[in-house]
Amino acid sequence: MPKSLMKGNEALALAAIKGGCSHFFGYPITPQNEIPEFLARELPKAGGVFLQAESELAAINMVYGAAATGGRAMTSSSSPGIALMQEGMSSLAAAELPSVIVNVQRGGPGIGTIQPSQADYYQMTRGGGNGDYRILSFAPATVQEGAEMMMAAFDLADFYRTPVFIVSDGMLGQMMEPVEFPERPLRTLPEKSWAAVGHGGSRKPNTIKTLVLDPGLLEQKNLRLQEKFTRIAATESRFENYRTDEAELVLCAYGSTARIVKNSIDLLAEEGIKAGLIRPQTLWPFPSSAFQQLPPTCRTILTVEMSCGQMVDDVRLAVNGRLPVAFYGRSGGIIPVPEEIVAHIKVLLGRV
Amino acid sequence: MSVIFAKSKGLTDQETHYCPGCTHGIIQRLVAEVLEELGLLGDTIGCAAVGCSILTYNYLNIDMIESAHGRAPAVATGAKRVHPNKTVFTYQGDGDLASIGTAEIVHVAHRGEKITTIFVNNAIYGMTGGQMAPTTLPGQKVTTAPGGRDVAHSGMPLKVSEMIAQIPGAVYVERVSVHNPRAVRHAKKAIRKGFEYQMAGKGFSLIEVLSTCPTGWGLSPVDSLTWLQENMIPYYPLGVFKTPEEAK
Amino acid sequence: MAELKGRVRIATNVCKGCGLCTVACPVDIMVFNGNSVNLKGYQPPTITEPAKCTGCGNCAQMCPDSALTVERFTSKKEDPACLKA
Ligand SMILES: Cc1ncc(C[n+]2csc(CCOP(=O)(O)OP(=O)(O)O)c2C)c(N)n1
Ligand code: SF4
Ligand code: SF4
Repeated sequence: MPKSLMKGNEALALAAIKGGCSHFFGYPITPQNEIPEFLARELPKAGGVFLQAESELAAINMVYGAAATGGRAMTSSSSPGIALMQEGMSSLAAAELPSVIVNVQRGGPGIGTIQPSQADYYQMTRGGGNGDYRILSFAPATVQEGAEMMMAAFDLADFYRTPVFIVSDGMLGQMMEPVEFPERPLRTLPEKSWAAVGHGGSRKPNTIKTLVLDPGLLEQKNLRLQEKFTRIAATESRFENYRTDEAELVLCAYGSTARIVKNSIDLLAEEGIKAGLIRPQTLWPFPSSAFQQLPPTCRTILTVEMSCGQMVDDVRLAVNGRLPVAFYGRSGGIIPVPEEIVAHIKVLLGRV
Repeated sequence: MSVIFAKSKGLTDQETHYCPGCTHGIIQRLVAEVLEELGLLGDTIGCAAVGCSILTYNYLNIDMIESAHGRAPAVATGAKRVHPNKTVFTYQGDGDLASIGTAEIVHVAHRGEKITTIFVNNAIYGMTGGQMAPTTLPGQKVTTAPGGRDVAHSGMPLKVSEMIAQIPGAVYVERVSVHNPRAVRHAKKAIRKGFEYQMAGKGFSLIEVLSTCPTGWGLSPVDSLTWLQENMIPYYPLGVFKTPEEAK
Repeated sequence: MAELKGRVRIATNVCKGCGLCTVACPVDIMVFNGNSVNLKGYQPPTITEPAKCTGCGNCAQMCPDSALTVERFTSKKEDPACLKA
């Protein structure tokens, strides 16, 4: 199949259809609008349903209703919209409903800006919803990678009975790159015998619920969920290493920022400074194991984000005090340029 | 000999947690009876709301989804869009529907979603212990308006049926009550119509049922029936606010 | 003895003693007389004069707990006397 040139957002939308999405519910917000616009046009042609909701609150609850009845439902939004959806995220996780949620991040807090940002790392990995839950979060760095993660997302959601986040940002959503859509690998998926579809008089009624008033039973449920999260963490955590061999400095960055950091690393290499990158492809589970295999040459770690420092918390937890962990970030919708990162690194390493 | 009344097959054997004399029990039973009579028990997806009725999924013999507070209409929309041929309904209290969930109920009607909403108006928040609802009557004493609802401070109670009837996508809106046997029989007919219009693909229907909350009102179950009749019905007149013919 | 028109039965242990049936009965045979307490600790009503039951079903219509079963022995579809609210 030949590659076609597509915007990141549109590639995600097409990948959703190819990944088996049956229902999309969403509410307009920049910079993700190309996703609903593409699906409004293309999803019905593929036999699916597109519906614009009255709010993000309604959209996520429509996803909940569709997923509860066996649909392969998704929504997409951007930071403030995702904040509104957090109630639904907690419910989806609690009721174990397979679903896919795209966050094309923009600058915050508050209404903030429509420019790119990564200040939703906490929202994506800690959540704003109540209770003990975790959500599998994929963080692509290229349009191609986004398409592949999205194509696999619905199967993974069904496999684990969990909501799945695709964490993009305004830059990745708006940029155009060549992309191809290979056939997705076939996966044997469990039957949705739990879904509320009408019992047809042939079985006991199914109930999708999150209320568990008995503390003992709720604790048991929580322990069972934790067991599932541990299983997901053990299997799904992913990262990429870039030029880490013999690096004296290891950087950590994800998504769009990781691409910029790679340029900085190449610039440093030209000057004989050996730096490498660990790029988390999943934010939760965070690929902590990557930091167990640091090269012996590594003296320090630098996390770079389009935020005031969020993922750096997880890097510090993973490094666990073995090495100093520094942070460099831009926020408010400003995209760092490779040269400013290089300059910062030189100061950090005392090479000015 | 004929059995005039026996417990509906639409109800499970579980005893309800409702307070003695709470008419939630009557309304929920009417839903069960109607679904049984229409032969829909196996083809229905119910959406329970947050409030005293949250556990309806334990009492109705159908597949059900619990919804977050106020969101049942959105959840029902998701379900109906996946299963256009199944019967989908919401069962919501007045805090749930008329306060936290106003956007969802207005827009489910606005889209003309082919679902049925049973709206239980008891003029109070029952489950959380008797706080003021948007439907609490002027002067009615509730825990968050201990001196009685002051309309200068909190506004006049919301008339949901009148409001929803204005929306083009709503095809059938009726307010009924369950304060005596005749009212109960009539309420059942209204609920039945709501489901029949859904089956006929007409659009959104809402049946508002005036209900008691003896515990929240601080009255005996029997006195609550009288209070409903004397205080609620004058402010919330019973009747049909919209029919499919008018909706055309 | 007059012909029996109807019969009402109570699932005593389901009853919550709310009394809604007592005011619904047109012939006032559902009565609280404090004679019995059920397993839940509620006092179910007593059917004082079962022979008077018209089989109208009013009590059952009002019971929030579906504790009542009503049979009718007359062929008339609905006894107008019983429809008084
Ligand atoms: C988001 C959220 N806010 C508040 C609550 C607490 N809460 C539970 S039930 C309820 C009110 C229910 O009242 P109503 O809808 O009138 O139903 P009733 O109990 O009277 O039948 C509230 C506020 C909640 N569960 N979730
Ligand atoms: S609190 Fe009120 S509404 Fe809730 S069960 Fe008791 S009487 Fe019914
Ligand atoms: S209405 Fe039902 S629950 Fe209430 S007293 Fe009569 S039999 Fe008992």
